[in-house]
Amino acid sequence: MTHLTEDDLVLHYYGELDSAAAAETAAHLRECAACRQSLAKLQRVFAMVDAAADAAVNEGFERTVWARLQPAIERAPGGWASWLLLSPARVAWLAAVVILVGAAFFAGRLSQPPRTPAADAVTASKDLRERVLLAALPEHLDRSQMMLVDLVSAEDARDVDVPAERVRAEQLLSSNRLYRQTAVDTGNLALAQVLDDLEQVLVDVAASPDRVSADDLAAMRDRIDDKGLLLKVRVLSSEVQKRQRRQRMAHAEG
Amino acid sequence: MPHTDAAAVALARDGDSEAFRALVERHSRAVYRLAHRMTGSPQDAEDVVQETFLKAYKQLGRFESRSNFGTWLHRIAVNCSIDLIRARPHREAAQDATDLDQFGGEDRGDATRVSPERLMLSTEVQDAVASAMSSLTSMERAAFVLRHFEGHSIDEISRALGLKANATKHSIFRAVRKMRTALEPLVSMD
Repeated sequence: MTHLTEDDLVLHYYGELDSAAAAETAAHLRECAACRQSLAKLQRVFAMVDAAADAAVNEGFERTVWARLQPAIERAPGGWASWLLLSPARVAWLAAVVILVGAAFFAGRLSQPPRTPAADAVTASKDLRERVLLAALPEHLDRSQMMLVDLVSAEDARDVDVPAERVRAEQLLSSNRLYRQTAVDTGNLALAQVLDDLEQVLVDVAASPDRVSADDLAAMRDRIDDKGLLLKVRVLSSEVQKRQRRQRMAHAEG
Repeated sequence: MPHTDAAAVALARDGDSEAFRALVERHSRAVYRLAHRMTGSPQDAEDVVQETFLKAYKQLGRFESRSNFGTWLHRIAVNCSIDLIRARPHREAAQDATDLDQFGGEDRGDATRVSPERLMLSTEVQDAVASAMSSLTSMERAAFVLRHFEGHSIDEISRALGLKANATKHSIFRAVRKMRTALEPLVSMD
């Protein structure tokens, strides 16, 4: 008799088998004591998982959440001005998009495995292209940061020169596309994804008409929020910092 | 403070921040626990809580008052957790079977085999579950939590995580294997 595998039992437990397979499994379990025991063990393991306590939550957790949330909520209503007058945290996060794009790019390069001479020969052209892009990256980041700072530090929407920002965004967009493609080519897919999200924001700004309605800008802000771009950048920051620390330690130990 | 979620939502929609605060106070712990299960990190869970409530506030206009606010919020929290997990570079490849020994693959002997009822209260079990959960990769953890705790189907999980169904299944299988290897020695099987 062929016994059920653990994977079979897992699918059976979760009710994920199709009707024919479910009937076959049920029939087997009726006949096979060993498989019944395996299923019982699995059920006990799951019972332990279910019974384990949830994560502890500190006293006053709700107050802490509200204290962090309240400033953002008070700025939440839509409109051009509110999109520009972002919270300090959001300003920092937006700036971090630009900074971390660069950091992650470097981290991605540094984490590439050593290449063989043969591989180097094959990829020499690509490496040259990467080096050129790498040399241009700091300027790209500076310009991106300047644009973002101008946008988020404006006192009022009328202070923003939309046509000028559009031109800057168009220029940044072409650079960003090159970096994103390089990230894809070098296998740094996490960075590529963030660049892709950033690119869509740049596209929004670059495609803005001279006069932007509040609804258009609210939609743009929603797209940023819906993508969780700021959260992604924050996570990327943390991961990049860890990788950089590990690399520094590895170099120090090496 | 409004007595019901529906009343609080109605007031919050009209700009009453105190009403929204009431919703935060009622639901933030549940959101945190879900986020912690999904992400495995207290800090990430706190970020998910913030992101969830911020999104909920901005989308209050889209919330249908016939729906349950807690359920709606829960869905947003799952999506925020998934966004975070997908943005996070994956951990190194799943640990192989030899790594599982550290979670108790060896025989612990009869002395440690106690009744399930006692085990449910045992710190050792809670530590073992936490340790086993922390051994999962981000995707394994997300797939397992969504399947086991949240009751989503494999197809639903695949769509949420952007994986093929087979990849989702294997993430769940690996997660279960790790959990079983870690916890089975603690289970008394008379």
